[in-house]
Amino acid sequence: MYITLSDRGADDGATTGARTGRVSSTVIALGVVSLLTDISSEATAAVLPLYLTTALGLSIVAYGVIDGLYQGVSSAVRIAAGWAADRGDRPKPVALLGYGLSAIARVGLLFATGFGAITAVVVGDRIGKGIRTAPRDALIAASSDPAELGRSFGVHRMLDTVGAATGPVIAFVVLLLVPDGYRTVFVVSLAFAVLGVVVLGALVPDRRPRAEQATTGTPPSPFRWRLLAAPRLIRLLVAAGLLGLVTIGDGFLYLALHDRLGFAPMWFPLLFVGTNLAYLALAVPIGRLGDRIGGRRVFIGGQIALLCAYVLAALPVAGVGAVAASAGCLLLLGLFYASTDGILAALASAFVPLEARASGIAAAQTVVAATRFAAAAGFGLLWFAVGSSAALVVAASALAVVIPVAAILLRPRASEGGASAWT
Amino acid sequence: MDLTRRRLFVGISAVLLLGGAAAYGAVAFAASRSIPEGTASTPMTGIRPGTVLFRQTGGGALHGLVAAVDLDDPGGPREVSARPCDRLDANVDGIVCLHSDLGLTTTFETLVLDETLHPTSSRPLAGIPSRTRLSPDGELFATTSFVAGHAYAGTDFSTSTVIFRRDGTDSGELEDFTLIVDGAEVTAADVNVWGVTFADDRRFFATAASGEHRWLVAGDLDERTLRAVRDGVECPSLSPDGSRLAFKQNRGSADRPDWAIAVYEPADDRVTVLPEPASIDDQPEWLDDETLLYGRARDDSPGDTDVYAIRADGSAGPELFISHAWSPAVVRP
Repeated sequence: MYITLSDRGADDGATTGARTGRVSSTVIALGVVSLLTDISSEATAAVLPLYLTTALGLSIVAYGVIDGLYQGVSSAVRIAAGWAADRGDRPKPVALLGYGLSAIARVGLLFATGFGAITAVVVGDRIGKGIRTAPRDALIAASSDPAELGRSFGVHRMLDTVGAATGPVIAFVVLLLVPDGYRTVFVVSLAFAVLGVVVLGALVPDRRPRAEQATTGTPPSPFRWRLLAAPRLIRLLVAAGLLGLVTIGDGFLYLALHDRLGFAPMWFPLLFVGTNLAYLALAVPIGRLGDRIGGRRVFIGGQIALLCAYVLAALPVAGVGAVAASAGCLLLLGLFYASTDGILAALASAFVPLEARASGIAAAQTVVAATRFAAAAGFGLLWFAVGSSAALVVAASALAVVIPVAAILLRPRASEGGASAWT
Repeated sequence: MDLTRRRLFVGISAVLLLGGAAAYGAVAFAASRSIPEGTASTPMTGIRPGTVLFRQTGGGALHGLVAAVDLDDPGGPREVSARPCDRLDANVDGIVCLHSDLGLTTTFETLVLDETLHPTSSRPLAGIPSRTRLSPDGELFATTSFVAGHAYAGTDFSTSTVIFRRDGTDSGELEDFTLIVDGAEVTAADVNVWGVTFADDRRFFATAASGEHRWLVAGDLDERTLRAVRDGVECPSLSPDGSRLAFKQNRGSADRPDWAIAVYEPADDRVTVLPEPASIDDQPEWLDDETLLYGRARDDSPGDTDVYAIRADGSAGPELFISHAWSPAVVRP
């Protein structure tokens, strides 16, 4: 890896197209922002259910329902934020608003005691997340050499995942030192969230992708919704949507591993840790692979990894074989994330004119979130009806059918720039 | 600002923010080892009849521990044990104690303690402690816990409710009992059961939920059935004379619950909502046949709670019963 924090001057990477061998310092800064914010949000999320029940004495059965409702709100906000970033040609203030809102929600957590207040705080955090994602990814794209989009997104997602893995550890270390120290967890979480906003505000340049392009010769054009109708973006959305509909959710995969291995529920978090470790180790190499062989191929390869994970989870093995299959399953799941999450954003950003970049990324992420949400609900019913192994076989079969369809949809067309990595 | 200055700004911010959080943590650490004012106490070594046992709250070194006050002087001196419980019920022979063991891999357990507060049995609890009740003769006890789904974000919850016998056998999940509403069996997959209260060692009441419904159900351990009595009842609690059920009733909406305390008299099918303006998320406890106890969270201080008493006939508002307390359990003389 060639990660460096050294300054590269005012025109920081971006649109010059020159291969530099370094990841833009803006991308690193955005990665650090995500790392700090994820420490904050995952530290809170890890203790919130315990806090609600043991400290506040609330029962939390209704919590799941609420979460489902606000998934929809989050999607709508995401699209609006993408549009606002493109429309104003300034992704940074929109991202700042999103990160800021989540930080303010952390303040609310220190004082909220009732169920309604806690719900409002959680919703504020989710809306902030909805707002910031697409403008931030647009900034990553704007700050990267177009030929090295994969590495840029890989570096960002690696840092992001380091934060997600660290947050719960920090939370529980605090709770071990200070019994019932939930407020201390929230104060620490707030400090990390505010620091994330400070890094974003101070170290990430306020780029204006459209105006910058104007100075290099191409005349600027304002944002129009029609720009999102680019055929290759539409095909990407359809492919991602179809794949999302046959993605069952990690929780079910973990439950299947749990059913087979029969470990104590207390070890459940280790499955997340395993997946996260694989993800953060693979994010950069897979991103670089995307730069070499093309993001589309990597994206499809990631789906094949997911298919293999389903098969490994459903295999009727026992003993050492079961342990090996389960470890392989976590590795493949990490590979799936490394090959799809950042890669999808990179593809979406490359598939639309830069005037519509944030909106294009938002559209792709919304399609994936909405279809996966629907898939999780549907798969839950299937799980109840036919049991875990049979349900996994059904999901694997459906995925095996959809992958070739998606591969055909994503095939590069000569009329659209041929087969270079990110076109 | 040039880049060097901006980096300096970020560096100073990092030191101030993380240093501030560390300082807050250090103060909280010190406070967690101190004894807060107004909770001076003597050590509790056993269960005495004529007392109320409860979970001590309000922070400090005694936070979360089982404590006791005399029934006739609840504001008076308290005894505090060394035993932490999130939720408890007690009689003269012992305590059922639901306990969370926080850590990187948080675990939950159900402890049965004898009259000298020593554990006689321990079994893992499926999730986060919520409710527990002993049967009148102490032969049975029930536990309810929240089973967090399978994500750090923990958004997918269900309840696990099981009835245990002292001999170690158990009923299995109550949601696997046959649920009968208006004569028809309910087979929905989303059934959850919580908040058991015992009539005797066979019959009990609880809440069964499916969709928007929150039924008061009459349970039978031998038949393994739950029969819906009425809708809109959560966390029932049977009076000592067996004539009335106190419960919490949602006067808000599904996503913004606001729980009132109410009393149901099956004999004349009448519900009395008690004049408690705050939202009460608790399974009430009967102090005697006329008075209820329940925990109420302090608005101004997250994590701190008090136990209030209120007349069960709705004739008077709540009165503070024990400060810095939660999960009261009356040990009758």
